[in-house]
Amino acid sequence: MPRLVSHPDEVKIVTRRFGAGATNIDRYMELGGYEAAKKCMAQGPEWIINEMKASNLRGRGGAGFPTGLKWSFVPKQSTKPKYVLVNGDESEPGTCKDHLIFLHDPHAVIEGTIIAGLAIGAKMGFIYLRGEYRYLLEIMEKAVADAYAKGFLGKNVFGSEYEFQVVTQTGAGAYEVGEESALMESLEGKRGVPRIKPPFPAVVGLYGGPTVINNAETIATVPHVIAMGAAAYAGVGTERNGGTRLFCLSGHVQRPGVYELPMGYNLKKMIYEVGGGIRGGRKLKAVVPGGSSTPVLLPEEIENLGMDFDQVGKAGSMLGSGGVVVIDDQTCMVEFALRTISFYQHESCGWCIPCREGTDWLKKSLTRFHAGFGQEKDIDNIRYLAENMMGRTFCPLGDAAAMPTLGFVKKFRKEFEDHLNGKPCPFAKEGAVLTVV
Amino acid sequence: MSAETMSVFSPRLAARFDALVEKYPVKRSALVPMLLYAQDEIGYVSDAAIAEIADRLGLTALEVRNVASYYSMLRFKPAGKFNIQVCTNISCMLRGAYDVLERFERELGVGNKGVTKDGVFSLEEVECIGACSWAPAIQVNYDFHDELTPDHVPGILSGYRGQANAKGGR
Repeated sequence: MPRLVSHPDEVKIVTRRFGAGATNIDRYMELGGYEAAKKCMAQGPEWIINEMKASNLRGRGGAGFPTGLKWSFVPKQSTKPKYVLVNGDESEPGTCKDHLIFLHDPHAVIEGTIIAGLAIGAKMGFIYLRGEYRYLLEIMEKAVADAYAKGFLGKNVFGSEYEFQVVTQTGAGAYEVGEESALMESLEGKRGVPRIKPPFPAVVGLYGGPTVINNAETIATVPHVIAMGAAAYAGVGTERNGGTRLFCLSGHVQRPGVYELPMGYNLKKMIYEVGGGIRGGRKLKAVVPGGSSTPVLLPEEIENLGMDFDQVGKAGSMLGSGGVVVIDDQTCMVEFALRTISFYQHESCGWCIPCREGTDWLKKSLTRFHAGFGQEKDIDNIRYLAENMMGRTFCPLGDAAAMPTLGFVKKFRKEFEDHLNGKPCPFAKEGAVLTVV
Repeated sequence: MSAETMSVFSPRLAARFDALVEKYPVKRSALVPMLLYAQDEIGYVSDAAIAEIADRLGLTALEVRNVASYYSMLRFKPAGKFNIQVCTNISCMLRGAYDVLERFERELGVGNKGVTKDGVFSLEEVECIGACSWAPAIQVNYDFHDELTPDHVPGILSGYRGQANAKGGR
């Protein structure tokens, strides 16, 4: 069972019901649950969308697109049914926040889905969980059944004329399906390959109908925004970055865990105070700030870095999915780069050639490099490969592999050079050679 | 083929599939869950399962196979009764996942994607399973075990071995 953690600097909004028995629908309601959805039903779509815009809530999946704006793109009139699609395919390495949301607060996901449905005029919502999250799917299925039994879902939501159905869905193992258009393909019973955009899902989405797709954390945040008021929520964060974020601290920290901290929280403080510093008295070498696709940052780059979308962007990386991976000074960055890229090579769906071939050659080059058979020109070849993947694929997976690679090569060139000419990896344990399958 | 009389699935799963296909605006949306649930029951996605799922959804077996081959959790030959999936992605790697994997390999005498001779265990190195803050983590079938060290490995194995013996194996 994932351990819950706590720190005085946390501002518990999304996590406030964690560990409080809120999987039980009556308990959830005791804690204020489903009141936000009722309020939204009374206030109507325009009010909901304006609240979401005013809250400065931005998509928690990684791109950070303003949620209210996304919802406003859905046409009011549509000949085809509209849909809400909740993305719980959480697969970005370093990210485990949705795991806790499904485990502790499944009704927040349902309530957020209802509110999104009310905002865009949808009659149906889908909650898609990655296949590995079977025990969480069962929790969600139970919660959905309980919401139906209470009349919060179905033909007459809260006793009104409004109909809203929710279907839970399992994936079967595919990182690529976390990309919104591939997610729709998977939900339509197909291979999870991306669609070309435009048209965007808000106009032509699931089954050809206008579709809003939000990350599970975004959706679970929505009822809290309504409950506390958009202005209060926005006030917690920084400019254009409303509220809090579930940061998944992992790697070489003393106290890893998922912490809910205000947007803009200082990264150095997050590592040293919230996370208790580097374990074993070692030194910080680098940190991946937002899931494995975001470029690595050096200790000197995080001194005054506030963790919001804009500040991390300015620092040359991305806030991404909230996965903060902390790396100590005993770690081989070539090995770390290799393991990072091996993932993207494994997960590339093969639809776009720059990604399919690019990730494969990156992995081959890094494998050879780490084994000590690299040459000076290989370092530049790796960079050249990555640069030529950027922006040349339908979906962001190509970029997701290229961006961190460029960071590793640029910031740790010296470590790459230390592997040249048959030299053994300076960090290898005796006799240990990494073999990535 | 009448699904009711000749189903390769248990009556319970067949009934579940009957209900599942009705939930969606388009029947085919049930395909990925059906493949996974079929595998849960049979142990892998068999040819017979593919044929029946195709029949139930009005697809060709080739269309079903084409989708099934995309998803990494689906397999086309049996695994062990307990499939041990060791995450070695970055967060787990930094906290010793390769040592945990190595210990499993040694205890079981099989490598990646290997199945033990008695068919009780199979071992697999997998990508991120979403337990990064509780690393290193593994899944045994769908059960998570987290914050592991290599010394946890024998206990985990004996626990599942006990389950296998209690049920008389496969």
